[in-house]
Amino acid sequence: MTDTSTETRTVVVEREIPHPPEKIWRALTQPHLIEEWLMKTDFAPALGHRFNLRGDWGGVDCEVLAVEPHKTLSYTWNYAHDDPAYALKSVVTFTLTPTPGGTHLRMEQQGFRPDQRQAYGGASGGWRQHFDKLEQVLARIE
Amino acid sequence: MPDSHDILFRTLADPTRRAIFERLCREGEQTVGALTARAGVSQPAVSKHLGVLKQAGLVRDRHEGRQTHYSAQIGALAPLIDWTSQMAGFWENRFDKLEDLLKRMDQ
Repeated sequence: MTDTSTETRTVVVEREIPHPPEKIWRALTQPHLIEEWLMKTDFAPALGHRFNLRGDWGGVDCEVLAVEPHKTLSYTWNYAHDDPAYALKSVVTFTLTPTPGGTHLRMEQQGFRPDQRQAYGGASGGWRQHFDKLEQVLARIE
Repeated sequence: MPDSHDILFRTLADPTRRAIFERLCREGEQTVGALTARAGVSQPAVSKHLGVLKQAGLVRDRHEGRQTHYSAQIGALAPLIDWTSQMAGFWENRFDKLEDLLKRMDQ
């Protein structure tokens, strides 16, 4: 008997954001906006819609699992790899809760196995590129 | 570093072995006999799992008379924390970018 809830691990990131849920929802669901903070994508907020999130290192395969406008968005975040130790099957769920000052945004990524070799589908080099890019973007904004 | 990751992942990938390790983490030092009583596998199997855990640095044994007591070495898990915090770091950075985007967006 294996219990999937103890077989996998979860990453949770939460943040108070001084913007209303409706606005954050747009950033989470409109491809041209998703691209600006996450990755290039052909996302559509429709149940069962299959899409990709693409980065320089490759990308992840996704399918929309839950859409509750301004409240919940959930999709699979899978990375195929011949070596099962590198393959990843996970589910990303965003939960938006209105607060007096804006929104409490919670991201939960579930499905990391204890034998997972990499947190993320890409190679570790891809990570460095992500962070380099991020720094460039941040430098431009300030 | 990759080697120590491999060893830890491989060691903890086995559900029975992981259950033994988790019990030692939760309940503290125990004998092979006590662990066997609740492991659902034979004593030689438990001993074998403990041997693998010991090789990975995840448990330590202490002999007392005819009994061997095993305890968890939680510090050995440190390398495993890397990737979960790495993934959390990924999302933290993405949320930073999301906030920057929200500032630029119209209401």
